[in-house]
Amino acid sequence: MTEYRFAAEELGFRFQQRVDDEQKVEPKDWMPEGYRKNLIRQISQHAHSEVIGEQPEGNWITRAPSLRRKAVLMAKVQDEAGHGLYLYSAAESLGISRSEMIEALQSGKAKYASIFNYPTQTWGDVGAIGWLVDGAAIVNQVSLQRTSYGPYSRAMIKICKEESFHQRQGYQAILALAKGSAEQKQMAQDSLNRFYWPALMMFGPHDTESAHSAQSMKWKIKRETNDDLRQKFIDQTVPQIEYLGLEHPDKEIRWNEERGHYDSGEINWDEFYKVINGDGYCNRQRIQHHIKAHEEGAWVRDAQLAYNAKKNKNN
Amino acid sequence: MSDNNELQNIITYASRLGDDSMVLGHRVSEWISYGPFLEEDIALGNVALDYIGRARMLYSYAAELMGDGKTEDDLAFMRSEREFQNYLINELPRGDFANTTIRQLLIDAFNLHYLTRLCDSRDQTLAAIAEKGLKETRYHLRRSRHWTLRLGDGTEESHLKMQQALDDLWGFTHELFEQDQLELELAEKGIAVNTKEFKQQWLNDVSEVLTEATLKLPEEEWAVRGGRQGYHTEHLGQMLSVMQSVHRAHPDCQW
Repeated sequence: MTEYRFAAEELGFRFQQRVDDEQKVEPKDWMPEGYRKNLIRQISQHAHSEVIGEQPEGNWITRAPSLRRKAVLMAKVQDEAGHGLYLYSAAESLGISRSEMIEALQSGKAKYASIFNYPTQTWGDVGAIGWLVDGAAIVNQVSLQRTSYGPYSRAMIKICKEESFHQRQGYQAILALAKGSAEQKQMAQDSLNRFYWPALMMFGPHDTESAHSAQSMKWKIKRETNDDLRQKFIDQTVPQIEYLGLEHPDKEIRWNEERGHYDSGEINWDEFYKVINGDGYCNRQRIQHHIKAHEEGAWVRDAQLAYNAKKNKNN
Repeated sequence: MSDNNELQNIITYASRLGDDSMVLGHRVSEWISYGPFLEEDIALGNVALDYIGRARMLYSYAAELMGDGKTEDDLAFMRSEREFQNYLINELPRGDFANTTIRQLLIDAFNLHYLTRLCDSRDQTLAAIAEKGLKETRYHLRRSRHWTLRLGDGTEESHLKMQQALDDLWGFTHELFEQDQLELELAEKGIAVNTKEFKQQWLNDVSEVLTEATLKLPEEEWAVRGGRQGYHTEHLGQMLSVMQSVHRAHPDCQW
């Protein structure tokens, strides 16, 4: 018994040393159970976010106002589904199956990004999502390119390449509105107002409130804190809003010479916790949509299995 | 016939082909986020995107020939249900996965022959568009063929759904091989495709897949037609009112 415990401690020590030396952890390497669980939680929720994220933008595919924008949006949503696939694969390398993950999503055990519980009400929202939501995702994901788990880090590198392309296209779409007719400009401002704060919430709670942060930082799953990443995003977004000629939704935004950063107003954390706990605007709709598609597709998956079984028997 | 008339005919022909791609691409895009599993969300989005891409090329060409400053978007978003001239099969609601699979099989097999011939069109732009479309179509057909086999010869339930879809859609295939004066004239000049020429081959191709999938070719003569004359099912109007809503609410805007 004592010997085993010594061995476990030794393994844990060596693991931390590897992490500290910036060596990537790979699927067959020993890892602490907590590390494995934490990663399964984070990567699968990241995957779910890509999949659920198809819905708010998918809501406008049939109504996109030009063929070019329609094609861009379709390509984007297609990429998101592909990102979901990468991430499910990365999570599977930790010993969980995709069907288990989907079950956790549908039962509410696993979460997805809070942002996708906000409704897309106008075409402007599609631009705002591309610009702000993908923008926030990229800030987060660029940081995760250096995450300690190899498959996750490689997935992030792949995803960021595609994502930044779509983010620029989202900004272009908002720019077209901001420089367009009075009504279009109003549409852009309205979308910015509604999506700005939810985009800030994507970085998660304050560092002082974040349950997983300290351990994740120590294991180098996370490389920068929620608040640091959020600050980066706030700083990069101010000049973008100025260039659009739109009003900043945060009335308290001020340049702080001393810090070299923008100071900003406080997020509505009550709203944040309401949304991540399932009581946001679209939570029920999003999950019901996912369950409906999954259930309606059951006969297709069954047929595929039956067909493959027949073919294997004949061979 | 005067050159002006021929030009007008090519414009109509290109926009008809554009309408076919536009409407079907739109219908397939309705699957995005509704697929039976993630890989299918991607595949269906991929197919839909190919069709929208094709529609854009065809509309842009028609608009260029019109030469009055109109664009692909005017053709897609500012024409009414009576002006669209797509084949009816393309506008039917997406239905279930069996419906979508059978429609794609019938259309992909049709497009394979159609675009192969259109590659030889005397009209160089149409030929170039066809060449690009043909590559995509080979991929589409491989996909719809495999799905037809899996679902036709999968479970009893999937077999029944596939047979039902085939019976429902078959009546819309006849008009694919009935062409009006305009298209026949263009075909005689080596510009358009005469679909009669490959009807038998198409039937053979489709029958072969369906038979292997244990499905039965419908025998009844029931047929619905009218797409090329702008005489549509009630589904197209609904589809266009959704599709055109934002564009029409803000006309003359840049997006």
